[in-house]
Amino acid sequence: MSRKLLDLWVGVFVVLGMAAMLFLALKVGNLSAANFAETYPLRANFVNIGGLKVRAPVKSAGVVVGRVAEIHFDPESYEAVVTLNIDGRYRFPKDTFALILTAGLLGEQYIGLDPGGDEVMLKASDVIAKTQSAVVLEKLISQFMFNKASEGQSDK
Amino acid sequence: MAGDSRATGRIATMLGSIGHRVTDGLIRLGFATRFFLMILLGSGQSFRRLHLTIREIYFAGFQSLLIILVSGLFIGMVLGMQGYETLQRYGSADALGVLVALSLVRELGPVVAALLFASRAGSSITAEIGLMKATEQLTAMDMMAVNPIARVVAPRFWGGVISMPLLAALFSATGILGGYLIGVVFIGVDEGAFWSQMQASVDFRYDVWSGIVKSFVFGIAVSLIAVFEGYDALPTAEGVSSSIKSTVVKSALAILALDFVLTSFMFREA
Repeated sequence: MSRKLLDLWVGVFVVLGMAAMLFLALKVGNLSAANFAETYPLRANFVNIGGLKVRAPVKSAGVVVGRVAEIHFDPESYEAVVTLNIDGRYRFPKDTFALILTAGLLGEQYIGLDPGGDEVMLKASDVIAKTQSAVVLEKLISQFMFNKASEGQSDK
Repeated sequence: MAGDSRATGRIATMLGSIGHRVTDGLIRLGFATRFFLMILLGSGQSFRRLHLTIREIYFAGFQSLLIILVSGLFIGMVLGMQGYETLQRYGSADALGVLVALSLVRELGPVVAALLFASRAGSSITAEIGLMKATEQLTAMDMMAVNPIARVVAPRFWGGVISMPLLAALFSATGILGGYLIGVVFIGVDEGAFWSQMQASVDFRYDVWSGIVKSFVFGIAVSLIAVFEGYDALPTAEGVSSSIKSTVVKSALAILALDFVLTSFMFREA
Protein backbone atom coordinates (compact mmCIF):
# COMPACT_ATOMS: atom_id res chain seq x y z
CA MET A 1 0.00 0.00 0.00
CA SER A 2 1.38 3.40 -0.90
CA ARG A 3 2.41 5.71 1.88
CA LYS A 4 -0.08 8.39 0.82
CA LEU A 5 -3.06 6.05 1.04
CA LEU A 6 -1.85 4.79 4.42
CA ASP A 7 -1.62 8.35 5.71
CA LEU A 8 -5.12 9.02 4.43
CA TRP A 9 -6.65 6.09 6.34
CA VAL A 10 -4.74 6.91 9.51
CA GLY A 11 -5.94 10.50 9.15
CA VAL A 12 -9.53 9.26 8.82
CA PHE A 13 -9.05 7.11 11.92
CA VAL A 14 -7.62 9.96 14.01
CA VAL A 15 -10.39 12.34 12.90
CA LEU A 16 -13.04 9.75 13.80
CA GLY A 17 -11.47 9.21 17.21
CA MET A 18 -11.26 12.93 17.91
CA ALA A 19 -14.86 13.35 16.79
CA ALA A 20 -15.90 10.63 19.23
CA MET A 21 -14.06 12.40 22.07
CA LEU A 22 -15.70 15.68 21.12
CA PHE A 23 -19.09 13.95 21.07
CA LEU A 24 -18.42 12.55 24.55
CA ALA A 25 -17.32 15.95 25.80
CA LEU A 26 -20.10 18.11 24.37
CA LYS A 27 -23.12 15.91 23.78
CA VAL A 28 -22.71 13.32 26.55
CA GLY A 29 -20.80 15.30 29.15
CA ASN A 30 -21.65 18.81 30.19
CA LEU A 31 -18.48 20.60 29.21
CA SER A 32 -20.44 23.29 27.37
CA ALA A 33 -22.95 24.07 30.11
CA ALA A 34 -21.68 23.51 33.60
CA ASN A 35 -18.09 24.68 33.62
CA PHE A 36 -18.26 28.22 34.81
CA ALA A 37 -15.48 30.42 33.58
CA GLU A 38 -15.16 32.42 36.75
CA THR A 39 -16.49 31.55 40.17
CA TYR A 40 -16.39 33.10 43.60
CA PRO A 41 -16.69 31.21 46.89
CA LEU A 42 -19.47 31.63 49.47
CA ARG A 43 -19.75 29.80 52.75
CA ALA A 44 -22.82 28.53 54.57
CA ASN A 45 -23.13 26.72 57.91
CA PHE A 46 -25.73 24.00 58.29
CA VAL A 47 -26.80 22.09 61.41
CA ASN A 48 -27.31 18.99 59.28
CA ILE A 49 -26.43 18.53 55.60
CA GLY A 50 -28.14 15.15 55.17
CA GLY A 51 -26.74 13.44 52.09
CA LEU A 52 -25.24 16.51 50.42
CA LYS A 53 -22.13 15.67 48.39
CA VAL A 54 -19.25 17.67 46.98
CA ARG A 55 -20.03 18.72 43.37
CA ALA A 56 -23.78 18.84 44.11
CA PRO A 57 -25.49 21.66 42.19
CA VAL A 58 -26.41 25.02 43.68
CA LYS A 59 -29.65 26.27 42.18
CA SER A 60 -31.55 29.50 42.32
CA ALA A 61 -35.04 29.55 40.80
CA GLY A 62 -34.22 26.07 39.47
CA VAL A 63 -31.23 27.25 37.43
CA VAL A 64 -27.79 25.84 38.25
CA VAL A 65 -25.70 28.81 39.41
CA GLY A 66 -22.83 26.98 41.09
CA ARG A 67 -21.50 23.81 42.67
CA VAL A 68 -20.63 22.64 46.16
CA ALA A 69 -16.84 22.86 46.38
CA GLU A 70 -16.05 21.60 49.85
CA ILE A 71 -17.75 20.27 52.96
CA HIS A 72 -16.13 20.03 56.35
CA PHE A 73 -17.10 19.79 59.99
CA ASP A 74 -16.48 22.68 62.37
CA PRO A 75 -15.44 21.22 65.76
CA GLU A 76 -16.17 24.53 67.57
CA SER A 77 -19.78 25.06 66.56
CA TYR A 78 -20.53 21.40 65.69
CA GLU A 79 -21.90 22.54 62.36
CA ALA A 80 -21.16 21.56 58.78
CA VAL A 81 -19.35 24.26 56.81
CA VAL A 82 -20.18 24.11 53.11
CA THR A 83 -18.19 26.10 50.56
CA LEU A 84 -20.07 26.96 47.37
CA ASN A 85 -18.49 28.05 44.11
CA ILE A 86 -20.94 30.48 42.51
CA ASP A 87 -20.83 31.54 38.86
CA GLY A 88 -19.16 34.94 38.66
CA ARG A 89 -21.98 36.34 36.51
CA TYR A 90 -24.46 36.16 39.39
CA ARG A 91 -24.58 38.23 42.58
CA PHE A 92 -26.89 37.49 45.48
CA PRO A 93 -28.24 39.85 48.19
CA LYS A 94 -26.87 39.77 51.72
CA ASP A 95 -30.03 38.21 53.17
CA THR A 96 -30.13 35.27 50.76
CA PHE A 97 -31.56 32.11 52.27
CA ALA A 98 -29.69 28.81 51.63
CA LEU A 99 -31.68 25.59 51.90
CA ILE A 100 -30.77 21.97 51.36
CA LEU A 101 -33.40 20.46 49.07
CA THR A 102 -33.98 17.10 47.44
CA ALA A 103 -34.63 16.64 43.73
CA GLY A 104 -37.65 14.38 43.51
CA LEU A 105 -38.72 12.01 46.26
CA LEU A 106 -35.44 10.09 46.56
CA GLY A 107 -33.22 12.09 44.21
CA GLU A 108 -29.91 13.79 44.87
CA GLN A 109 -29.66 16.67 47.29
CA TYR A 110 -28.80 20.17 46.18
CA ILE A 111 -28.58 23.66 47.67
CA GLY A 112 -31.29 26.13 46.80
CA LEU A 113 -30.63 29.87 47.11
CA ASP A 114 -33.67 32.08 47.78
CA PRO A 115 -32.58 35.70 47.24
CA GLY A 116 -33.79 38.27 49.77
CA GLY A 117 -34.39 41.96 49.22
CA ASP A 118 -31.23 43.48 50.67
CA GLU A 119 -29.50 46.21 48.69
CA VAL A 120 -26.02 44.97 49.71
CA MET A 121 -24.69 42.01 47.72
CA LEU A 122 -22.66 39.08 49.04
CA LYS A 123 -18.95 39.34 48.30
CA ALA A 124 -16.46 36.52 47.72
CA SER A 125 -15.92 34.28 50.81
CA ASP A 126 -18.84 35.86 52.67
CA VAL A 127 -20.95 33.66 54.91
CA ILE A 128 -24.64 33.14 54.15
CA ALA A 129 -26.31 33.81 57.49
CA LYS A 130 -29.71 32.24 57.01
CA THR A 131 -29.72 28.51 56.30
CA GLN A 132 -32.11 25.62 56.58
CA SER A 133 -30.83 22.09 57.13
CA ALA A 134 -31.72 18.96 55.22
CA VAL A 135 -34.91 17.19 56.11
CA VAL A 136 -34.03 13.93 57.85
CA LEU A 137 -36.69 11.37 57.07
CA GLU A 138 -36.37 9.53 60.39
CA LYS A 139 -36.96 12.72 62.38
CA LEU A 140 -39.97 13.57 60.26
CA ILE A 141 -41.46 10.11 60.79
CA SER A 142 -40.82 10.13 64.53
CA GLN A 143 -42.45 13.58 64.83
CA PHE A 144 -45.43 12.33 62.87
CA MET A 145 -45.72 9.20 65.04
CA PHE A 146 -45.40 11.27 68.20
CA ASN A 147 -48.17 13.62 67.06
CA LYS A 148 -50.40 10.71 66.11
CA ALA A 149 -49.81 9.05 69.47
CA SER A 150 -50.66 12.20 71.42
CA GLU A 151 -53.76 12.76 69.27
CA GLY A 152 -54.88 9.20 70.05
CA GLN A 153 -54.52 9.82 73.78
CA SER A 154 -56.46 13.11 73.74
CA ASP A 155 -59.33 11.42 71.84
CA LYS A 156 -59.94 8.94 74.68
CA MET B 1 16.43 -44.83 55.36
CA ALA B 2 16.57 -45.00 51.57
CA GLY B 3 12.89 -43.91 51.28
CA ASP B 4 13.58 -41.04 53.67
CA SER B 5 16.37 -39.61 51.61
CA ARG B 6 14.27 -40.02 48.47
CA ALA B 7 11.48 -37.97 50.09
CA THR B 8 13.84 -35.20 51.13
CA GLY B 9 15.31 -35.30 47.64
CA ARG B 10 11.84 -34.79 46.14
CA ILE B 11 11.10 -31.89 48.48
CA ALA B 12 14.44 -30.33 47.61
CA THR B 13 13.67 -30.54 43.86
CA MET B 14 10.22 -29.06 44.47
CA LEU B 15 11.61 -26.15 46.46
CA GLY B 16 14.30 -25.73 43.85
CA SER B 17 11.75 -25.51 41.05
CA ILE B 18 9.66 -22.96 42.98
CA GLY B 19 12.74 -20.87 43.56
CA HIS B 20 13.68 -21.20 39.92
CA ARG B 21 10.25 -19.99 38.83
CA VAL B 22 10.34 -17.01 41.18
CA THR B 23 13.80 -15.88 40.06
CA ASP B 24 12.79 -16.51 36.45
CA GLY B 25 9.74 -14.28 36.87
CA LEU B 26 11.83 -11.58 38.53
CA ILE B 27 14.41 -11.69 35.77
CA ARG B 28 11.67 -11.32 33.14
CA LEU B 29 10.11 -8.44 35.09
CA GLY B 30 13.47 -6.71 35.32
CA PHE B 31 14.07 -7.27 31.62
CA ALA B 32 10.60 -5.91 30.82
CA THR B 33 11.37 -2.73 32.77
CA ARG B 34 14.72 -2.32 31.03
CA PHE B 35 12.97 -3.03 27.73
CA PHE B 36 10.40 -0.29 28.45
CA LEU B 37 13.19 2.20 29.10
CA MET B 38 14.94 1.07 25.92
CA ILE B 39 11.74 1.73 23.95
CA LEU B 40 11.47 5.21 25.45
CA LEU B 41 15.11 5.88 24.59
CA GLY B 42 14.66 4.57 21.05
CA SER B 43 11.47 6.57 20.52
CA GLY B 44 13.23 9.76 19.49
CA GLN B 45 15.11 7.88 16.80
CA SER B 46 11.94 6.20 15.53
CA PHE B 47 9.86 9.40 15.57
CA ARG B 48 12.33 10.88 13.13
CA ARG B 49 10.93 8.34 10.66
CA LEU B 50 7.32 9.01 11.55
CA HIS B 51 5.81 6.95 8.74
CA LEU B 52 6.84 3.80 10.63
CA THR B 53 4.58 4.76 13.53
CA ILE B 54 1.80 5.91 11.20
CA ARG B 55 1.93 2.52 9.48
CA GLU B 56 1.48 0.83 12.87
CA ILE B 57 -1.44 3.12 13.78
CA TYR B 58 -3.00 1.92 10.53
CA PHE B 59 -2.52 -1.75 11.41
CA ALA B 60 -3.33 -1.56 15.11
CA GLY B 61 -5.92 1.21 15.13
CA PHE B 62 -7.64 1.59 11.79
CA GLN B 63 -7.93 -2.13 11.18
CA SER B 64 -9.47 -2.65 14.63
CA LEU B 65 -12.17 -0.09 13.85
CA LEU B 66 -14.72 -2.58 12.54
CA ILE B 67 -14.68 -4.91 15.55
CA ILE B 68 -14.64 -1.96 17.97
CA LEU B 69 -17.55 -0.16 16.33
CA VAL B 70 -19.71 -3.28 15.93
CA SER B 71 -19.10 -4.48 19.51
CA GLY B 72 -19.68 -0.98 20.85
CA LEU B 73 -22.99 -0.73 19.05
CA PHE B 74 -24.18 -4.10 20.31
CA ILE B 75 -23.04 -3.51 23.89
CA GLY B 76 -24.86 -0.16 23.86
CA MET B 77 -28.00 -1.81 22.53
CA VAL B 78 -27.89 -4.52 25.18
CA LEU B 79 -27.35 -1.87 27.88
CA GLY B 80 -30.33 0.05 26.52
CA MET B 81 -32.57 -3.00 26.64
CA GLN B 82 -31.45 -4.32 30.02
CA GLY B 83 -31.33 -0.86 31.57
CA TYR B 84 -34.84 -0.02 30.39
CA GLU B 85 -36.13 -3.34 31.73
CA THR B 86 -34.85 -2.57 35.23
CA LEU B 87 -35.41 1.19 35.31
CA GLN B 88 -39.04 1.09 34.19
CA ARG B 89 -39.86 -1.09 37.22
CA TYR B 90 -39.01 1.93 39.37
CA GLY B 91 -40.69 4.35 37.00
CA SER B 92 -37.43 6.06 36.08
CA ALA B 93 -36.98 5.00 32.45
CA ASP B 94 -36.00 8.62 31.73
CA ALA B 95 -32.68 7.93 33.45
CA LEU B 96 -31.76 5.39 30.74
CA GLY B 97 -29.38 7.85 29.08
CA VAL B 98 -27.50 8.34 32.34
CA LEU B 99 -27.15 4.61 32.89
CA VAL B 100 -25.92 3.87 29.37
CA ALA B 101 -23.55 6.85 29.22
CA LEU B 102 -22.00 6.43 32.66
CA SER B 103 -21.43 2.70 32.38
CA LEU B 104 -19.87 3.08 28.93
CA VAL B 105 -17.76 6.16 29.55
CA ARG B 106 -16.44 5.10 32.94
CA GLU B 107 -15.96 1.35 32.62
CA LEU B 108 -17.14 -0.59 29.61
CA GLY B 109 -15.68 1.69 26.95
CA PRO B 110 -12.05 1.63 28.13
CA VAL B 111 -12.08 -1.95 29.44
CA VAL B 112 -13.89 -3.79 26.65
CA ALA B 113 -12.14 -1.78 23.95
CA ALA B 114 -8.78 -2.64 25.56
CA LEU B 115 -9.67 -6.34 25.79
CA LEU B 116 -10.70 -6.38 22.13
CA PHE B 117 -7.60 -4.40 21.20
CA ALA B 118 -5.36 -6.86 23.06
CA SER B 119 -6.79 -9.85 21.25
CA ARG B 120 -7.11 -8.16 17.84
CA ALA B 121 -3.97 -6.01 17.62
CA GLY B 122 -1.79 -7.09 20.57
CA SER B 123 -1.67 -10.72 19.47
CA SER B 124 -0.74 -9.80 15.91
CA ILE B 125 2.04 -7.48 17.11
CA THR B 126 3.46 -10.32 19.23
CA ALA B 127 3.21 -12.75 16.33
CA GLU B 128 4.94 -10.34 13.97
CA ILE B 129 7.86 -9.53 16.28
CA GLY B 130 8.15 -13.13 17.47
CA LEU B 131 8.35 -14.38 13.90
CA MET B 132 10.90 -11.71 13.03
CA LYS B 133 12.99 -12.99 15.90
CA ALA B 134 12.49 -16.64 14.91
CA THR B 135 13.62 -15.90 11.35
CA GLU B 136 16.57 -13.92 12.72
CA GLN B 137 15.50 -10.66 11.11
CA LEU B 138 16.12 -8.80 14.37
CA THR B 139 19.67 -10.19 14.58
CA ALA B 140 20.23 -9.23 10.96
CA MET B 141 19.17 -5.64 11.70
CA ASP B 142 21.60 -5.56 14.61
CA MET B 143 24.36 -6.73 12.27
CA MET B 144 23.54 -3.88 9.88
CA ALA B 145 23.81 -1.43 12.79
CA VAL B 146 20.06 -0.79 12.71
CA ASN B 147 18.63 -0.68 16.21
CA PRO B 148 15.73 -3.17 16.10
CA ILE B 149 14.08 -1.53 19.11
CA ALA B 150 13.92 1.84 17.39
CA ARG B 151 13.10 0.35 13.97
CA VAL B 152 10.60 -2.40 14.89
CA VAL B 153 9.51 -2.25 18.53
CA ALA B 154 9.03 1.46 19.32
CA PRO B 155 6.75 2.24 16.33
CA ARG B 156 4.48 -0.70 17.25
CA PHE B 157 4.43 0.38 20.89
CA TRP B 158 3.51 3.99 20.07
CA GLY B 159 1.04 2.90 17.42
CA GLY B 160 -0.83 0.97 20.11
CA VAL B 161 -0.57 3.73 22.72
CA ILE B 162 -1.96 6.35 20.30
CA SER B 163 -4.71 4.12 18.92
CA MET B 164 -6.11 2.92 22.23
CA PRO B 165 -7.74 6.14 23.58
CA LEU B 166 -9.21 6.88 20.15
CA LEU B 167 -10.66 3.38 19.90
CA ALA B 168 -12.08 3.56 23.44
CA ALA B 169 -13.73 6.92 22.71
CA LEU B 170 -15.22 5.52 19.50
CA PHE B 171 -16.44 2.47 21.41
CA SER B 172 -18.19 4.62 24.03
CA ALA B 173 -19.68 6.93 21.42
CA THR B 174 -21.12 4.13 19.27
CA GLY B 175 -22.33 2.40 22.42
CA ILE B 176 -24.26 5.50 23.46
CA LEU B 177 -25.72 5.74 19.95
CA GLY B 178 -26.69 2.05 20.25
CA GLY B 179 -28.41 2.75 23.57
CA TYR B 180 -30.16 5.72 21.94
CA LEU B 181 -31.27 3.53 19.05
CA ILE B 182 -32.87 0.92 21.32
CA GLY B 183 -34.08 3.25 24.07
CA VAL B 184 -35.44 6.19 22.11
CA VAL B 185 -36.11 4.89 18.59
CA PHE B 186 -37.44 1.41 19.37
CA ILE B 187 -38.75 1.49 22.95
CA GLY B 188 -39.84 5.11 22.97
CA VAL B 189 -38.09 6.73 25.93
CA ASP B 190 -38.45 10.51 25.67
CA GLU B 191 -35.60 11.86 23.57
CA GLY B 192 -35.24 15.12 25.47
CA ALA B 193 -35.05 13.34 28.82
CA PHE B 194 -32.55 10.83 27.45
CA TRP B 195 -30.02 13.50 26.44
CA SER B 196 -30.69 16.14 29.07
CA GLN B 197 -30.49 13.76 32.04
CA MET B 198 -27.32 12.34 30.53
CA GLN B 199 -25.78 15.78 30.20
CA ALA B 200 -26.85 16.71 33.71
CA SER B 201 -25.11 13.77 35.37
CA VAL B 202 -22.09 13.04 33.17
CA ASP B 203 -19.30 15.38 34.16
CA PHE B 204 -16.53 16.02 31.64
CA ARG B 205 -13.60 16.22 34.03
CA TYR B 206 -14.81 13.51 36.40
CA ASP B 207 -16.27 10.91 34.03
CA VAL B 208 -15.20 11.47 30.43
CA TRP B 209 -11.65 12.54 31.18
CA SER B 210 -11.12 9.67 33.65
CA GLY B 211 -12.25 7.26 30.94
CA ILE B 212 -9.75 8.71 28.48
CA VAL B 213 -6.93 8.50 31.05
CA LYS B 214 -7.90 4.89 31.76
CA SER B 215 -7.79 3.91 28.10
CA PHE B 216 -4.41 5.62 27.72
CA VAL B 217 -3.00 3.59 30.63
CA PHE B 218 -4.48 0.40 29.18
CA GLY B 219 -2.93 1.30 25.83
CA ILE B 220 0.53 1.53 27.42
CA ALA B 221 0.06 -1.76 29.30
CA VAL B 222 -1.29 -3.76 26.35
CA SER B 223 1.26 -2.43 23.85
CA LEU B 224 4.16 -3.02 26.22
CA ILE B 225 3.04 -6.59 26.95
CA ALA B 226 2.54 -7.28 23.24
CA VAL B 227 5.93 -6.01 22.08
CA PHE B 228 7.73 -7.53 25.07
CA GLU B 229 6.21 -10.98 24.60
CA GLY B 230 7.16 -10.87 20.93
CA TYR B 231 10.71 -9.70 21.61
CA ASP B 232 11.15 -12.24 24.41
CA ALA B 233 9.65 -15.18 22.48
CA LEU B 234 11.60 -18.39 22.07
CA PRO B 235 12.66 -18.40 18.41
CA THR B 236 10.65 -21.50 17.55
CA ALA B 237 7.14 -22.12 16.27
CA GLU B 238 6.02 -23.27 19.72
CA GLY B 239 7.73 -20.34 21.41
CA VAL B 240 5.93 -17.82 19.21
CA SER B 241 2.56 -19.48 19.71
CA SER B 242 2.98 -19.57 23.49
CA SER B 243 4.00 -15.86 23.48
CA ILE B 244 0.82 -14.96 21.60
CA LYS B 245 -1.22 -16.89 24.14
CA SER B 246 0.53 -15.18 27.01
CA THR B 247 0.03 -11.72 25.40
CA VAL B 248 -3.73 -12.23 25.43
CA VAL B 249 -3.83 -13.72 28.93
CA LYS B 250 -1.47 -11.21 30.53
CA SER B 251 -3.10 -8.23 28.80
CA ALA B 252 -6.54 -9.28 30.02
CA LEU B 253 -5.27 -9.71 33.58
CA ALA B 254 -3.34 -6.43 33.45
CA ILE B 255 -6.35 -4.53 32.09
CA LEU B 256 -8.73 -5.82 34.74
CA ALA B 257 -6.30 -5.35 37.62
CA LEU B 258 -5.31 -1.85 36.46
CA ASP B 259 -8.97 -1.00 36.02
CA PHE B 260 -9.62 -1.84 39.65
CA VAL B 261 -6.69 0.26 40.83
CA LEU B 262 -7.54 3.24 38.60
CA THR B 263 -11.24 3.10 39.50
CA SER B 264 -10.47 3.15 43.21
CA PHE B 265 -8.28 6.22 42.65
CA MET B 266 -10.64 8.11 40.35
CA PHE B 267 -14.14 7.46 41.58
CA ARG B 268 -13.85 7.62 45.33
CA GLU B 269 -16.69 9.67 46.78
CA ALA B 270 -15.35 12.73 48.51
